[in-house]
Amino acid sequence: MMLTIHHYLIVSAALFSLGIFGLLSRRNAVVVLMSVELILNAASMNFIVLGQLVTPGLVTGKVFAIFVITVAAAEAAVAMAIIVGIFKYRQTVDVEKITDLKW
Amino acid sequence: METIVFYILVIVTLFCAVKVVTTPLVFRAAIYLIGSLLGMAGFFMLLGAEFMSAVQIVVYVGGIVVLIIFAVMLTSEPGGMQDRPDIKRTIPAAIVSGLVFFGLVYVFSLTEFKRMYPVEQNKGLAQAIGEKLLSLGPDGYILPFEVVSVLLVAALIGAIIIAKKERGE
Repeated sequence: MMLTIHHYLIVSAALFSLGIFGLLSRRNAVVVLMSVELILNAASMNFIVLGQLVTPGLVTGKVFAIFVITVAAAEAAVAMAIIVGIFKYRQTVDVEKITDLKW
Repeated sequence: METIVFYILVIVTLFCAVKVVTTPLVFRAAIYLIGSLLGMAGFFMLLGAEFMSAVQIVVYVGGIVVLIIFAVMLTSEPGGMQDRPDIKRTIPAAIVSGLVFFGLVYVFSLTEFKRMYPVEQNKGLAQAIGEKLLSLGPDGYILPFEVVSVLLVAALIGAIIIAKKERGE
């Protein structure tokens, strides 16, 4: 049996959905961030899969995947700083208890 | 052979990803995240994108997961926060993510991906990516590259300022 593009795309769709599940069901802000990393990784995996199997020989898909990884790193650094800052201020990282911006 | 490796990687990646979103212990979730990211690096290797696989391991496993583990340690509450799955949260989340998954699979099954540009590549992958990223020509990515570098500097400075200990506290 040959591996087609659809095999890879279904794996990345499963990772994306698991990321969404974690994003909606977890209370700890750090685990929510891990779910966001899963989602971003599924996106960059799609770029690489389509780049390698639809346009072999071109590097555009991989260049975009590099941009996604870079933005994910920047996002992780800022989000970590915010979570640590909130923890110093509120002594909790439970997203249900952080309601200061709730009107 | 390729198929066997693919299915082993599927099992490892999806098992670790499921554990990331379901395990009540935050530190364990971070360790399972490493397994999931390494599985994805394996997929990139299987696809023939060795450079992307190396970038994935260096940036994610070496950088982001270490950052996450530091955050886990810096934010551990006294007594330890047990993030137990809560039925009134997991059921809507499962419905939404299931709908997203089946919607995506349906769209993928409708789409036929045609192989285009069977260009023979005689350069190495890392060299080709580097030339594409830094070329000034009409199909180069020098401007996004510079914008992303500014974004990284801004994010790092912002992270330092947000997380910095305030004076006199």
